[in-house]
Amino acid sequence: MSFHPNDIARRTRLSSVALAVGFVLLLGAFFRAQVLETANYALQSQENRLRPIPLPAPRGIIYDRKGQIIAENLPAYSVSITAPSLDSLRSSLKQLQPTLQLTETDINRAVRRYRRAPTRPTVILADASIDVISVLEEHRIDYPRLIIQSVPKRFYPDGPLVASFVGYTGEVSESDLNLPQYAGYNPGQSVGKGGLEKQYEDVLHGIEGVRYDEVDARGRAVQGVGPRPDTDARGAPPLQTNIDLDLQKFVASVFSDTLRGGAIAMEPNTGAVLALYSNPSFDPNRFTGGIPADYWKELNTDPWRPLFNKVIQGTYPPASTWKLATSAIGLQNKVVTLDARMPIPCNGGMQYGSRYFRCWEKRGHGYTTLAQAIEKSCDVYFYQLGLRIGLSKLVGGGIDLQFAERSGIDLPNEYKPRFPTRDVRAYYNRRYGPRGWTAGANSLNLSIGQGENSQTVVNMAKFFTALATDGHTSTPSLVKRTPDRKKVLNFTPAQWRGIRNALAGVVSARGTAGGSAIKGLVIAGKTGTAQNSENPNLDHAWFVGFAPADKPTIVVAVFLEFGDHGWQAARVASKIMGFYTGVVPAEIATTEIE
Amino acid sequence: MMRRIVADYPLVMTALVLSFFGVAMVYSAGQTDTPTAVSRVYKSQLVWLIIGMIGAFGISRSSVRFLEWVTVPAYIFSTTLLALTLVIGAGAGTAASTKSWLAVGGVRLGQPSELAKITVVMMLARILASRKEPPKSLIDLWKPALAVGIPWVIIMLQPDLGTGIVFIGIFFGMLYWSGVSWPLLMLLGSPVVSGILAFSTGLWGAWFLVLAALVLYYKPFLIEGIVLMVANIGTGIVAPLLWEKLAPYQQNRLLTFLDPSSDPRASGYHVLQSKIAIGSGGLTGKGFTLGTQKRLAFLPEQHTDFIFAVVGEEMGFIGVTLVLSLFLIVFLRITRIAGRANDSFSSLVAFGLMTSWFVHVLVNVGMTLNLMPITGIPLPFFSYGGSFMLACWLAVGILVRISGEGRGKAAFQTS
Repeated sequence: MSFHPNDIARRTRLSSVALAVGFVLLLGAFFRAQVLETANYALQSQENRLRPIPLPAPRGIIYDRKGQIIAENLPAYSVSITAPSLDSLRSSLKQLQPTLQLTETDINRAVRRYRRAPTRPTVILADASIDVISVLEEHRIDYPRLIIQSVPKRFYPDGPLVASFVGYTGEVSESDLNLPQYAGYNPGQSVGKGGLEKQYEDVLHGIEGVRYDEVDARGRAVQGVGPRPDTDARGAPPLQTNIDLDLQKFVASVFSDTLRGGAIAMEPNTGAVLALYSNPSFDPNRFTGGIPADYWKELNTDPWRPLFNKVIQGTYPPASTWKLATSAIGLQNKVVTLDARMPIPCNGGMQYGSRYFRCWEKRGHGYTTLAQAIEKSCDVYFYQLGLRIGLSKLVGGGIDLQFAERSGIDLPNEYKPRFPTRDVRAYYNRRYGPRGWTAGANSLNLSIGQGENSQTVVNMAKFFTALATDGHTSTPSLVKRTPDRKKVLNFTPAQWRGIRNALAGVVSARGTAGGSAIKGLVIAGKTGTAQNSENPNLDHAWFVGFAPADKPTIVVAVFLEFGDHGWQAARVASKIMGFYTGVVPAEIATTEIE
Repeated sequence: MMRRIVADYPLVMTALVLSFFGVAMVYSAGQTDTPTAVSRVYKSQLVWLIIGMIGAFGISRSSVRFLEWVTVPAYIFSTTLLALTLVIGAGAGTAASTKSWLAVGGVRLGQPSELAKITVVMMLARILASRKEPPKSLIDLWKPALAVGIPWVIIMLQPDLGTGIVFIGIFFGMLYWSGVSWPLLMLLGSPVVSGILAFSTGLWGAWFLVLAALVLYYKPFLIEGIVLMVANIGTGIVAPLLWEKLAPYQQNRLLTFLDPSSDPRASGYHVLQSKIAIGSGGLTGKGFTLGTQKRLAFLPEQHTDFIFAVVGEEMGFIGVTLVLSLFLIVFLRITRIAGRANDSFSSLVAFGLMTSWFVHVLVNVGMTLNLMPITGIPLPFFSYGGSFMLACWLAVGILVRISGEGRGKAAFQTS
């Protein structure tokens, strides 16, 4: 052994140096972690133990114009779970399956939610019954990661009566989550799916809050003071609408379950929508928290198509209601006056080229003025007026009267009407081929609201706001906002009087809707009976009008699918107008429908 | 024989402070929000500390000559116990799948490897002290190599990589202290380096050139040189094959060491949570028993292998500095004892024990910050474990005796 004192001293020195170096290196590593990078680790430590639980915000309450509630929120219970991995989620769901009575669909839905947002509690049941909740509470200790929350649930006190415009809410879909406007949304969150709920989603959804639970490594919540202050959910402000809920309910009651179609009531000067109803309707309350599969199937297989909004989505030939447009175009082009007669008298139809065009009245109307032709809805008169105006002016006039565009109502998924473009030749060539059409025959068809013209109910109502005012159309709006008006009609005062008188004559003993006249209220309007390919024997029925005729406060458009004749729709409309103006008490109006 | 000695107070006091600090940390480690069995283990740790101190006192009343005399039987006894673990072994802690525990009927009696660390130090000291000259060639090293190799192979069969590393540390540390020259130590260690570098052909080639230069410079015997080169080539070839043979958990541990975030939920979990605990402790810590990582059970093995993470989380950088400084004082003190020992056997034993602890501290503390792979090496005086606490204090007893018999001034002549 070499244990000479010098050797030993040297090795001792060297060892001491090695020890000191090791000490310094270790300490340096700790200095870096604990002093230099401590903020980073402190954050990780927080994330480790803090489990953020989203607190859903209550959606904005929707009120009608008198402050009655259309949509509100009720307390409900949601069941969700946090899971460190997909396998863990699956096994938890398997355990919970018998207790929660989960279907295969529920499980798959939960798995998809998890895949999209694994760090967020995965919603298993959005609206669990109190029975399920009480069973779960008993076994709480067995499921440390389970979160039972009281959440606001959308409720519509009048359910199906308001569904046509209010829409419904549901869980944000996976395809929606990919869209930029849903960038801040997470799976399991509730979102407006139709109607006002969708249109005003950004206003109605509120701001989600968050609560921090302190959890241990197994995900069990630990009792104690909140480790980080909660952010409360902020409910959305209420949404004030123009709807008159009483009128809305009345409209729905008029339709009851015998009539199929839709109706809209508006204020002529502001475009405020007072009522909008499509029949048959659906119950939006059943959509909240997931639509039951059988109900969804029922709605989709119903031949009366409850989910199809007949007011904003149905496009139908406007038929005779469009004769007012023909008249207006004729008057503004100065090719006709209100008391002008046409050369050919109506004797049930007229020959044009090789075809014979019928009037709806087989017995004929004889010679009539324009005003009389409107009252009686004489087709032969309008055929000749249409020819006199000419196809391109007729189309151009229609476009000026906004028949080629959507009404602009503040609801999603409004359909665009069908109407020719200003370049008439190009349009018809495209439709029928260069030799497949003649300007004359198409003028005849257009003049009585048939042919290349399909309008939505809301669009016809919008046109009649111009007739009910001084020629301004108002964009229909459900939510209170500055009226959006546009002058489309320029009549002389005499012409205005004549038109109004003629429209009032429609709902009089002289006119086509005489049976709908109400004592004490002068109603102005126009019936329409539209042929359709689905059922040649049962026409669609239209009525668009306003009341009182001299100083209108309401414009109503009613459309009845397979309603047979316009006067059927007129009866519905006159009840609505009567109810709104208070001339006829509601009881009488409802009983009269029988 | 029964000569009264003056206890080495700096050593004993520092060891005592460390031990009580350790018991306090074991107590804190048990303070979790969801109570577990760990909340009670500090009591048995205290009992073992007392037993260990009694044992240390006993040993300090014997003599170095007695220790030298008892070395061979103790070595044989402990090696036999070690071999028994292969037959009736059980696992625990981060090394749950290994068989490092001696268990009878499901009751774990202790870890013979803790005893073996001391007896191997003594055996090596005896062998090295019996030589007139320090080993000058690789062939000279066959005896010490065998003394360490037998228990080492058993331990690697358990398999307990951590203790294996400690044995290698002891071996090299004591050879150094006995005066083996640096080049020889490097040549001896070269196969290990070869084994590590074997996974990169380029690096291995470069290392081989360095090695060849070293052999030429040192000029060992021809056979030695050939054996050495063959050993290097051999390990270079065998290591990748051996890697394939490793249990997946062992592979994972090594891979996780290289990149703990690669698998944060599984094998990387321990070290990641440990780093978070230490880092979030900051300068002053979260306070005694108040570490959130530990309280909420994110920190694994918080009373055994990762107890130092509890120190880091609750005492902060200040606590870490304090504990590491105490260890440094102990190590420097033992080095001083080794330098002033009465004879080469005592000197080697002291230095061997110091090396053993140093490797423990380096690997255990390094592991908590991912500077070292997770090997399941406990921290002396801190980690919960009866055998280890006892072994540490028996070693303290030995060191006190050596210190007492040693001379007042540094260095001595060989007898």
